[in-house]
Amino acid sequence: MGVSPNGDEGENDVDEGMRVARIRDGTVIDHVRAGQALNVLRVLGIDGGGGDTVSVGMNVPSDRLGEKDVVKVEGRELSQAEVDVISLIAPDATVNLIRDYGVVEKRRVSRPDRVAGVVSCPNPRCITTANEPVDAAFEVLADGLRCEYCDTVVRGEITDHLAE
Amino acid sequence: MRQQVITAADLSRADVNRVLDRAAEIADDPGAVDDRLAGEVVALCFFEPSTRTRMSFETATHRLGGDVVDMGTPEESSVAKGESLADTVRVVDGYADAIVLRHPREGAATLAAEFVDAPLVNAGDGAGHHPTQTLLDLYTMRSTVGLDGVTVGVMGDLKYGRTVHSLATALTAFDVDQHFVSPESLQLPPGVRLDLHDAGATVREHTDLEAVLSELDALYVTRIQRERFPDESAYREVAGQYRIDAATLEAARDDMVVMHPLPRIDEIAPDVDDTDHAVYFRQAHNGVPVRMALLDLMLADDQGGEWE
Repeated sequence: MGVSPNGDEGENDVDEGMRVARIRDGTVIDHVRAGQALNVLRVLGIDGGGGDTVSVGMNVPSDRLGEKDVVKVEGRELSQAEVDVISLIAPDATVNLIRDYGVVEKRRVSRPDRVAGVVSCPNPRCITTANEPVDAAFEVLADGLRCEYCDTVVRGEITDHLAE
Repeated sequence: MRQQVITAADLSRADVNRVLDRAAEIADDPGAVDDRLAGEVVALCFFEPSTRTRMSFETATHRLGGDVVDMGTPEESSVAKGESLADTVRVVDGYADAIVLRHPREGAATLAAEFVDAPLVNAGDGAGHHPTQTLLDLYTMRSTVGLDGVTVGVMGDLKYGRTVHSLATALTAFDVDQHFVSPESLQLPPGVRLDLHDAGATVREHTDLEAVLSELDALYVTRIQRERFPDESAYREVAGQYRIDAATLEAARDDMVVMHPLPRIDEIAPDVDDTDHAVYFRQAHNGVPVRMALLDLMLADDQGGEWE
């Protein structure tokens, strides 16, 4: 794969007109389900206070999704755990690794069997919410998550339960 | 050899039958096993109060010729200094040949198992699971009404009742029709429903015992706790509907058994004690031979490889 503009490689719904600025090195999370961009930022722990350079496009026209959100983060590569949780809120997302303005790696997210370390258990009596040296871990169900420790089932907005 | 008994889902039908068969042998001839655990040390780590479970594990160990070391109450141990559960069990792992853990938080035994090499038994984790209670419940059921082709009603606090969660899960390995009787606010939690669903069991729920009482071979009663309700009057109104007495049981089959994990407060009236239905004290006594059987299968040298 040659170097191509970041954003929507090979599609017509590129951010022409520079709706969302290109980045030099970092990660573009594209084809985020419209409305989920801020939740993607929450998964990444980005609240604007950390000094990261971030561009967000919301409700951008998309051939594939109709409308989509795009998140571009300068100088950041995502962990597998972060990508796994993003897959749950943005199942159609593509994660593009950008170096020197070019896409060097492009991958679709896939729904994992389990997620660990990004979501915390909402059950206040779960042992993982005590001061223990483990991360909360969840089995991924068709319609939610299930804590591997206390069996609590999380449905709905998992971004309400992101780990600190 | 199975190293950990954390939830009832860890116990296959074959596992359960193996423990119950061994418990029956032990109950028949306790003297034959009085040195089975000679030289073995069982650590009791009880992070919350317990009478029956703690005493029956201790009795079981002694009756097998083993020794017990006891953490004491959390207030008088390192836990009071803020030590993590992970660290506590890692240390105890170096002292003992097996660990029995009771903890107020759900998932505690799952976590502890990640940090120890010794066999570990969950003796209750918050509102989670209580698999050894389930083994003695199954033993009691098998020796009274049987475990296949029977209809069982489970009544009371199904949401927070760990004995209920483990029993309902374990019964899916047998040919048992299960009925669940509770106020709507205390129905089975989603995690247990998933386990039952995955096992192919049907969850039949009722708010009224009368709807199923006459069909039951066994009625398993649990306590509805005051703290599950916002105020005293709401509690009294609901709890009153899930109490049974001798008059209630006139609508039941003559050979239906009434079980309870104990302690009971007033959900079973004392006048039931004198009926043929009551088996809950026998059930509690069964805790010793059943826990002896489990410890024997987990620890005795000649059992290696049989327990799987």
